[in-house]
Amino acid sequence: MKLQLATRHALFAILELASEPERQLSAAEIAEKYDLSTNHLAKVLRTLGRAGLVEASRGVGGGYRFCGNAKRLNLLDIVQLFEPIWPIGQGMSEPGDRTRKGQALRRVLGEIEEATRATLSSITVDTMLKIARRIPDAPAEDMIRRAAALR
Amino acid sequence: MAELQTLSDTAQVVIDPVAEADLAWIEALDAQITGRPKPDYWRRLFEGARSEPGRSFFLVARNGSGRVGFIAGEIRAWEFGSEPCGWIFAIGVDPDNRLRSVGTQLFDAVCDRFRQAGVTKVRTMIAREAQLILSFFRAHGMMAGPFVELEKDLDE
Ligand SMILES: CC(C)(COP(=O)(O)OP(=O)(O)OC[C@H]1O[C@@H](n2cnc3c(N)ncnc32)[C@H](O)[C@@H]1OP(=O)(O)O)[C@@H](O)C(=O)NCCC(=O)NCCS
Repeated sequence: MKLQLATRHALFAILELASEPERQLSAAEIAEKYDLSTNHLAKVLRTLGRAGLVEASRGVGGGYRFCGNAKRLNLLDIVQLFEPIWPIGQGMSEPGDRTRKGQALRRVLGEIEEATRATLSSITVDTMLKIARRIPDAPAEDMIRRAAALR
Repeated sequence: MAELQTLSDTAQVVIDPVAEADLAWIEALDAQITGRPKPDYWRRLFEGARSEPGRSFFLVARNGSGRVGFIAGEIRAWEFGSEPCGWIFAIGVDPDNRLRSVGTQLFDAVCDRFRQAGVTKVRTMIAREAQLILSFFRAHGMMAGPFVELEKDLDE
């Protein structure tokens, strides 16, 4: 499954901010770590702000802070702010859908979509951070840590 | 999870094998959660756990004033080539005692028994729309396994 770029920006921003809820980070700092476009991320952060998931602080050194509930906010909640993940049979109809073979195809694709929804909706931000902590080795983060140590 | 919880949030419970006298309470809690009483099923689980205590586990959590939750699981081996592993097939916590780690303590207790019996994996099967219980098991680090569950209507 491939997520749209805006969705990936949003997930990384939320996960990064939620991993240290007291800390404020600017769009540029998050963008640098995840190799994202700062402009695009700034737009995404505004959407997340309107959804009440992040808070911008004004003034010099201002940045964003996570203000959602990491134990209740799930990945589907975030993904759906940027792209639709339809419940079974509710997506837009497509050419061929009214044929037998089209219906068979819808059933099979619906199976995949249902599994996707169940997966995304059962993983909270808190659970996702736990999964990330269990990943033993991430080359990009090691690089960032080394660069920070040299500064 | 534990690191984010203050101690006072955690219910103090004792976890024991289910006794015959617990069955009515488990049946009532399950009926309250699922809307379907199934006394024969709970009795079979109870008898299974009593006759094979090293393989089949049916546990109840009690606090000072009574019962607050239960969990059932067993070790199964070689179904479709699967190595022996622990299966959890029922869990329930009294609604007034939720979010105080009773479910977690039951999960840990059954996993300890699986470990003592020598298995290294725990598995479960949950309805896709059961988001609460799916989130609970996910929060304990469970991910989709390598098996796919299939079904069909027999009169199709
Ligand atoms: C799922 C269930 C067992 C959880 O029991 P519990 O004692 O409340 O669970 P815990 O307090 O140990 O919660 C552990 C973690 O699960 C997750 N969780 C529990 N309830 C949650 C909820 N309502 N929403 C999201 N996550 C939840 C959280 O990550 C939680 O961690 P936290 O306490 O740090 O927030 C309980 O809600 C229940 O019995 N539900 C009904 C089960 C059912 O349908 N059974 C059918 C018969 S088998």
